[in-house]
Amino acid sequence: MTAAAFILGLATWLGFVILGLAFLLTIWRVIQGPTLADRVVALDMLTGIVIGFIALIAIRTGFNLYIDIAISLGLVGFLATVAFARFILSRGSVPRSAEGGVAETAESQAATSGKKKQAPARKAAATGKVGAGKAATGKGRK
Amino acid sequence: MIELLVSIVTACLILAGAGFALVAAIGLNRFPEVFTRMHAASKAGTVGSGLLLLAVGLHAGDLSTFARAIAGFLFFVLTAPVSAHLLAMAAYKVGYRLGDDSICDEMKRYKSGIQSSLRQK
Repeated sequence: MTAAAFILGLATWLGFVILGLAFLLTIWRVIQGPTLADRVVALDMLTGIVIGFIALIAIRTGFNLYIDIAISLGLVGFLATVAFARFILSRGSVPRSAEGGVAETAESQAATSGKKKQAPARKAAATGKVGAGKAATGKGRK
Repeated sequence: MIELLVSIVTACLILAGAGFALVAAIGLNRFPEVFTRMHAASKAGTVGSGLLLLAVGLHAGDLSTFARAIAGFLFFVLTAPVSAHLLAMAAYKVGYRLGDDSICDEMKRYKSGIQSSLRQK
């Protein structure tokens, strides 16, 4: 094994580990993300990480054909994000708390029962905190 | 000798790209609301995958592969702001508000017009 191959093997291995960590963190945001827009942003990011994975596989196996797959996945990811943006737009206004605070989406009602238990607590925290924050910043700026 | 140099540069590109992706993922989890999360995802995430594509192009040592890698990188750099802007515009129009840490909302004066146009549709 030459020094060049050793350096490259080590770098790809480390890259796989780091990208896997990034992948798990992004999946956590997809699962947890309080609103639909958060999940769409995280899915967009997930596409980018998978493109990175494909690039690393291309380096490790030596098949340069993988780069075409990565480019086409980028195209599909872009179109998916645009379609999701249109879907958010066409779904209409989100119901939100009375003080104009953090948006509460309709999907929290449609979510699983585990989510349902968390939703009221989060809503209460949002209204209390955001109302105070908005008032303070408004005064500060004037 | 030249092979060693190319592999060192490729390894640096791989580690930088993976690091950018990790930073983007951390930012996605740490930022308070959707508009700030978009910064992390669309800037650092794009640079991460773009650097990894450049690493493939450099590692191949082949002009056609390198050209495809450059084309892919340019494509991501061009499309990421477009998709992030579309998403941010859609989220703002349907009523997602900025977080309580943000101090300036420059779209505020257009808010009533945006909301009424959405209602007409």
